[in-house]
Amino acid sequence: MAEDLLRLEGVHTHIGQYHILQGVDLALPRGGITVLLGRNGAGKTTTLRTIMGLWKPSAGTIGFDGRAIGGLPTPDIARAGIAYVPETMAVFADLTVRENMVLAARDAPLDGARLDWIFRLFPALKKFWQVPAGVLSGGQKQMLAIARAIAEPRTLLLIDEPTKGIAPAIIEAMIGAFDELKRETTILLVEQNFRFAASLGDRVAVMDDGRVVHRGAMADLVADEALQARLLGLSLDTHQ
Amino acid sequence: MSAPASPSASPPPAGRAVIVETLPRVKTDFLPVLLPLGLALAALPLVGNASTWVTLTVAALAMGMMIYLVASGLTLVFGLMDVLNFGHGAFIAIGAYIALTVLGPLSGWVQADSLGLNLSALGLAALAAMIGTGLLGWAFERLIIMPVYGQHLKQILITMGGLIVAEQMIHVIWGGDQKAMALPTALRGAFVFGDIALEKFRLLAVAVGLVVFAVMMLVLNRSKIGLLIRAGVENAEMVEALGYRIRRLFVGVFIVGSGLAGLGGVMWALYRETLTAAIGGDLMVLVFIVIIVGGLGSVGGCFLGSVLVALLANYTAFLVPKVALASNILLMVAILMWRPQGLYPVAKR
Repeated sequence: MAEDLLRLEGVHTHIGQYHILQGVDLALPRGGITVLLGRNGAGKTTTLRTIMGLWKPSAGTIGFDGRAIGGLPTPDIARAGIAYVPETMAVFADLTVRENMVLAARDAPLDGARLDWIFRLFPALKKFWQVPAGVLSGGQKQMLAIARAIAEPRTLLLIDEPTKGIAPAIIEAMIGAFDELKRETTILLVEQNFRFAASLGDRVAVMDDGRVVHRGAMADLVADEALQARLLGLSLDTHQ
Repeated sequence: MSAPASPSASPPPAGRAVIVETLPRVKTDFLPVLLPLGLALAALPLVGNASTWVTLTVAALAMGMMIYLVASGLTLVFGLMDVLNFGHGAFIAIGAYIALTVLGPLSGWVQADSLGLNLSALGLAALAAMIGTGLLGWAFERLIIMPVYGQHLKQILITMGGLIVAEQMIHVIWGGDQKAMALPTALRGAFVFGDIALEKFRLLAVAVGLVVFAVMMLVLNRSKIGLLIRAGVENAEMVEALGYRIRRLFVGVFIVGSGLAGLGGVMWALYRETLTAAIGGDLMVLVFIVIIVGGLGSVGGCFLGSVLVALLANYTAFLVPKVALASNILLMVAILMWRPQGLYPVAKR
């Protein structure tokens, strides 16, 4: 559809001799959160990395905001308006929180009003502003990684497993932050924590063996335990 | 729809969990900084004579600063793009030969009894060497390094080949015989304070090294380019994902690193007052020890490693000359047993 912000058609990705993505078809409308679910090794992280240009697609097309971005260098894809929060968070450990944020503001100095908004979303960052990122806790690093992605307005956020290894209290705080974030941007979220995904997601795509095997509204998946069991081997009630 | 330029000013959503955050404890690691001081103090009673100790220490600091000039670029090149450049020694030698060429027509200034003219000649020679080796570094990266990114074995082979070709080209252009590289008049001799003699050129070398270190730390810590370099050394992929073209940054660092190696070559040749095509290759053993001891990619570690290596080389050459050759290898082994990643390891992804 013409109004889709992101569209992947028949995307294949090889990493060395391994054929990871085997024809991914995925469309993201503008706004809201689309959650990418699937078992370990289904190809979720590779999908995000392929969109970001960190792996080059071996076949297929990737369209973003009306232009083809498949195979472009990563900096060009970032400059097109996509921000990426990797599974590893990849904060610059030797740099302070402030320096991490200064680098994230690529096109202009950090905007004061936007920074205040980010501090309201993640108050810890203000407190630890001059602290090297390497000494932050896992949850604080995750907040910084997300804050870095939104330091300037971006059209699409790709966020890979933000709750992995994070304390429940911080996950609760993150739900509030994501609720607010999705009002200003479109988010493609890879998540293993189904309860977190279900509480945030507007749409869902489920991957298996390098393909998208299901697309639909998150509410429909949450309501259909049989579908959950078939696609993910779990149900919301048993996956706390 | 594109994202709004400014976010909504709504308050944080109600019901958000309140998390008590404690300020993380930042560990300040001063222990490696104390090493050179400890080494110098330990050497004092062994040397036995305070004036000899001062002379040896200043000579070591001068040598350390010259090694630092050469090593700082190499450690950043490795840290930023994971490139093992065994050809770095070529820039040392070519820088020295360019300076020799420039100083030839300026021999009147070099021999004049005027510090201003002497330093002007030296400054012009150093500038020409840095520009020449910087340009050569740019060509070296394009032609030799670029095809072998991510392939360490090929990098070692091809950059070693580059070094050999460069040395042979020096023989073709400047001849294979040993050249004399005379110090300018005002930089010959020493300042004498009682029993202590401080060679003028060594003091200049210390000053140049300290200025370059200070400028480098200022750039790395206070400018956006510096932050990008430090971030790129840690995680180049994430720097690209933020929208920065790391390859351009790397080429810039490679050019500056090559230029600094050229400057180091000029200083090293003046320090030895002789010059052969092998001057770079000879120094590279010490340079590699320094960047390994300091922690690959760490400029601060490189500075400290340079001072440590030079202090140990000078003290052992005076106290136990037979151990001098092995002393730096032993230092590297000891440091790596204590800190396997070097004195100040750079956090890698």
